[in-house]
Amino acid sequence: MNEGNAGKPPGAMAGPPRRTVTALEAAERVSGPTPLAEAPETIVEVRNFNLYYGAFQALKNINVKIVRRAITAIIGPSGCGKSTLLRSVNRMNDLVPGVKTAGQILVDGEDIHGLGAEPVALRKKVGMVFQRPNPFPLSVFENMAFGPRIHGTFRKSEIHEAVERGLRAVLLWDELKDRLKASALSLSLEQQQRLCIARLLPVKPELLLMDEPCSALDPLATERVEELMQEMKENYSIVVVTHNMQQASRVSDHTGFMLLGELVEFGETREIFTHPHDHRTEDYITGRFG
Amino acid sequence: MNRWSERMIEAAIRFSGFVSIAFVVMIFLFLLTEGHALFRVTGLTDFLLGRNWHPISTPPQFGILPLLLGSLAVTAGASMMAVPLGIGTAVFIAEVAPKRLAGILKVGVELIAAIPSVVIGFVGMVLVAPVVREFFSLPVGLTAFTGSLMLALMSMPTMVSIAEDAIHAVPRQYKEAALAMGATRWQAIYRVILPAARPGILAAVMLGIGRVVGETMAVMMCTGGAVAIPSTLLQPVRTMTATIAAEMGETVRGSPHYNALFAIGIVLFLITLIINVTADLVIHRGRRDSP
Repeated sequence: MNEGNAGKPPGAMAGPPRRTVTALEAAERVSGPTPLAEAPETIVEVRNFNLYYGAFQALKNINVKIVRRAITAIIGPSGCGKSTLLRSVNRMNDLVPGVKTAGQILVDGEDIHGLGAEPVALRKKVGMVFQRPNPFPLSVFENMAFGPRIHGTFRKSEIHEAVERGLRAVLLWDELKDRLKASALSLSLEQQQRLCIARLLPVKPELLLMDEPCSALDPLATERVEELMQEMKENYSIVVVTHNMQQASRVSDHTGFMLLGELVEFGETREIFTHPHDHRTEDYITGRFG
Repeated sequence: MNRWSERMIEAAIRFSGFVSIAFVVMIFLFLLTEGHALFRVTGLTDFLLGRNWHPISTPPQFGILPLLLGSLAVTAGASMMAVPLGIGTAVFIAEVAPKRLAGILKVGVELIAAIPSVVIGFVGMVLVAPVVREFFSLPVGLTAFTGSLMLALMSMPTMVSIAEDAIHAVPRQYKEAALAMGATRWQAIYRVILPAARPGILAAVMLGIGRVVGETMAVMMCTGGAVAIPSTLLQPVRTMTATIAAEMGETVRGSPHYNALFAIGIVLFLITLIINVTADLVIHRGRRDSP
């Protein structure tokens, strides 16, 4: 799909010890795809970000940098603001009446709330996968063709190609190539969720936001979607919100722990799960609450 | 004791259920018994395709083609206006308008249903017909088009409220998914929400048309009442409903004319029955598809 993964074996990123967040601060933005091991690159930077639902402050002074071509997990108990943070990155919170924000979120170095910033252009770059699989109640093909069509691709051959490429990327092509006209709602939940991931791909997003993508799936399906995420991180940056800590520790490279609207701790996943610095993180991951 | 009251209630409910069916069946049987005698005088083809409706000349002629086409013209005209406007209004109320405005509009559209049809007919006759006459420079303003205008207005409440419900019932997650992919609001409406609500919208259109076909008073007052096969919408026509209403008072019970009016009733009944059953099937097919 993308060019940067040439010659890189799958899973290479989980291997060598990665630099910590502080080291990332120094990382330069490099144009074009670059192997992550050499130059970690920030795709999203959140700076002093606050969000209010009316009088309620849902996010408190969040600062974080998300690394390109890696999986970042955000964990925390229900209502801690992790989904809100995720939905701030593609400005889905704009749809909620009474939301006010302060601070900055930079995607690819550009302020998403800045002058001339368009949610439409932002969301093209930042795809989202929801908690419950939500394919459109249309055929599999129409689901896949939706992205190209809304972004101005109408030629049949191009759309067909995009459909096939997208479905192949999530390993659905062989299962569904004869059922492209079937309603997407007739698929299994796992297939639906894969389809929801696949339909984002023709739009060529750089970042995928996943809001508890496996919470509606059974353990086997969860495992397969996690494998898919591992494969996809070679070409995409992924931020996944989950309250399943095993999932976070299995799939992610970096983990952030949120509590009551604060980002308590952020760092390498291994670090967070073995040597948390904050006692609240420790309490949470050892199961004392949440 | 408890068991006994349960049974009574169940019986009562079952009774009310059967009563409504029984009424439909009885009305249809009544139409049949009163109407079928016509076919001893006139053949079915002469009745349906006859071009002359001269019920009181000798010998009488009972061809309802002009009336059928009159109804068709008025219905088609009304649908062409009401369907786009009704769906547009429904989309606006359900998806675009701010909450307060949507509430006001909804109540406003539903209030149209509260206007007695004779009042709408009156308005059409006194206010709209002169405008139509002036605008198209016609000899008379009471035309199929005038009737269509008024009927379009009358079908709006049915169409808008059912279509709006259907659009409103589309799960929010579809819209969210579309917007999250960078769709504009219009793209989300046009490509996702409307297709998802299609069964309900089709039903809304069908029921709105059913309302138009059966309407009597307003069309009788606005369409001019000429029994002639129309070639444009700007000619006076007479619909089937208006014919029954206008002529029933003058007929002798049991005469061929009387029977003919009932036969028209049968035709009307079948047309609305087909429209309603189709709408029902469409709604239910939609339900079966969704999880």
